[in-house]
Amino acid sequence: MEAPPAKKIATREAYGEALLALGKECPHVVVLDADLSGSTKTKAFSKAHPDRFFNIGVAEANMMGTAAGLAAMGKTVFASSFAMFAAGKAWEQIRQSICVPRLNVKVCATHAGLTVGEDGKSHQMLEDVTLMRVLPGMTVIVPADAVEAAAAVRALVDFDGPAYVRLSRAATPVVMPDDYRFEVGKGVVLRDGSDLAMIACGVEVPAALDAADLLAAQGISARVIDMATIKPIDEALIVAAARDCGAILTAEEHQVRGGLGSAVAEVVTQHCPVPMDLVGVEDTFGESGTADELLARYGLDAASIATRAKKLVQRKGA
Amino acid sequence: MSLTKEAKARIESAAHQTRVDVIRMVNAAACGHPGGPLGMADFMSTLFMQHLRLDTDNLLDPKRDRFILSNGHTCAGLYSLLSQKGVIPRDMLMSFRKLGSPLQGHPHRNPELGIDMSTGSLGNGLSVGAGMALAARMNGWDTRVYVASSDGESQEGQVWEAATSAAHYSLANLTVMVDFNNVQIDGEMRKVMNVRDLREKYESFGWHAVDVDGHDVEAVDRALCEAKEVEDRPSALICHTLIGKGVSFMEGQPGWHGVAPNDEQAAQALAELGAA
Repeated sequence: MEAPPAKKIATREAYGEALLALGKECPHVVVLDADLSGSTKTKAFSKAHPDRFFNIGVAEANMMGTAAGLAAMGKTVFASSFAMFAAGKAWEQIRQSICVPRLNVKVCATHAGLTVGEDGKSHQMLEDVTLMRVLPGMTVIVPADAVEAAAAVRALVDFDGPAYVRLSRAATPVVMPDDYRFEVGKGVVLRDGSDLAMIACGVEVPAALDAADLLAAQGISARVIDMATIKPIDEALIVAAARDCGAILTAEEHQVRGGLGSAVAEVVTQHCPVPMDLVGVEDTFGESGTADELLARYGLDAASIATRAKKLVQRKGA
Repeated sequence: MSLTKEAKARIESAAHQTRVDVIRMVNAAACGHPGGPLGMADFMSTLFMQHLRLDTDNLLDPKRDRFILSNGHTCAGLYSLLSQKGVIPRDMLMSFRKLGSPLQGHPHRNPELGIDMSTGSLGNGLSVGAGMALAARMNGWDTRVYVASSDGESQEGQVWEAATSAAHYSLANLTVMVDFNNVQIDGEMRKVMNVRDLREKYESFGWHAVDVDGHDVEAVDRALCEAKEVEDRPSALICHTLIGKGVSFMEGQPGWHGVAPNDEQAAQALAELGAA
């Protein structure tokens, strides 16, 4: 029996709703945006709490510095822009003014990855996870779906220290149960399996689940892990996956160099060497197209993952 | 209200002590930036001794004033002033730039030592000051936020992003003091990259802005008093100074931006300052 198609919600939508709800509960929450509040979905908060929302204009560096100043005075600050401009343009301010003094700023960056779609390569941020996870003390979260995005945003309100949350423009399948409880630093096994483990984040989590279906039809049993927190990464879950399955494939809508795959490989090479394959964008920029077209073209759809997974399993013990 | 004789003497004594401390600290560290803090000593002492509400008794009060040294490389002067206020232990000064010291080569945030923000990469501080000023206003506090900056730092684009937004949000509780000495690492600021008239620039960005002789503590005091009276916009004091002020062989010399005096030079400098 075919399962009904999952409903699709963009993680940025879930962020906006979670922020609005938190605004009512937490008077210390302040939100900043850089002229993209309609797109990042901070606009609902800005209307409900105009006294705690500041539009900084098209000035991301200043937004991060302003966020640091507010946080130094005891506010918990959510600062939003597109991932390209938040993590890219304002990386230095995030490092110097937020991470060095370890302030409570949560950078919630939307429109990450290829699924930005038609806007093309100038807006398709594929390097942000690398840039953010290399910063000492920075927590990096890439929610798999709207449910996880909302839960992560909620968890971050009381989380001490800087954090980066990577959110998507496109509506993507909801794969987490409504009662899902997110914990910073904990991966989740969404489907058990024994031939290989597929560790994914963001939009690649539903893709990996679909790939597991395709693999099951070919007699391959794949464990699927949602690794939403890329830093600090859940080492125990990775080690267990390596021991149980003997091979690990990672999947991310991001450059393979420096992202989730690298983070997992850092654990695997040190604690549990097994064959790995890293699915992601291969040292190239994106282009215009629809989200689904792009995921297929860059080898990030379920079919591509399944093909790579099958080859990886064949490598085991070879 | 003009400075009382006692207040003026207190400021001048603090400025003198700052210069002596800076020479000793940078000499002991055998590296660092002596020229800037010597030039800034007079206006910084006016701020710290007469205006800035940051003392041992209010250090942990969230409502106290804040100070950000955006031109963080001049921090020997900041550490000296904080030690003169009793916030930093005097015997900590000589650990400046040494392994394990809280007195890092560029400031690292440590509110318990009165170091309100990590700085050192030019351009960052005014944005942070604007954020602090916003927070203070949201909380209904009468906190004032002071940022020290410089003419060289004004070449950074982020300064002008911050200047735009501080005026947009009418941050009357924010004051920037710009050390304008026409010197930067590679030479004369006007030759390297001329930032031109910063008073005009800040004014055109919507600030209350004044030029002031950065060595005239009465003039600086008046400008700081005036800034407190401005209710609808942030204030910029363009403090015109001489790099290396007080030490003859450092005065006006770009070479003393980031070079430590050796023992002989330090002895000469201290002798000139009457502290040999």
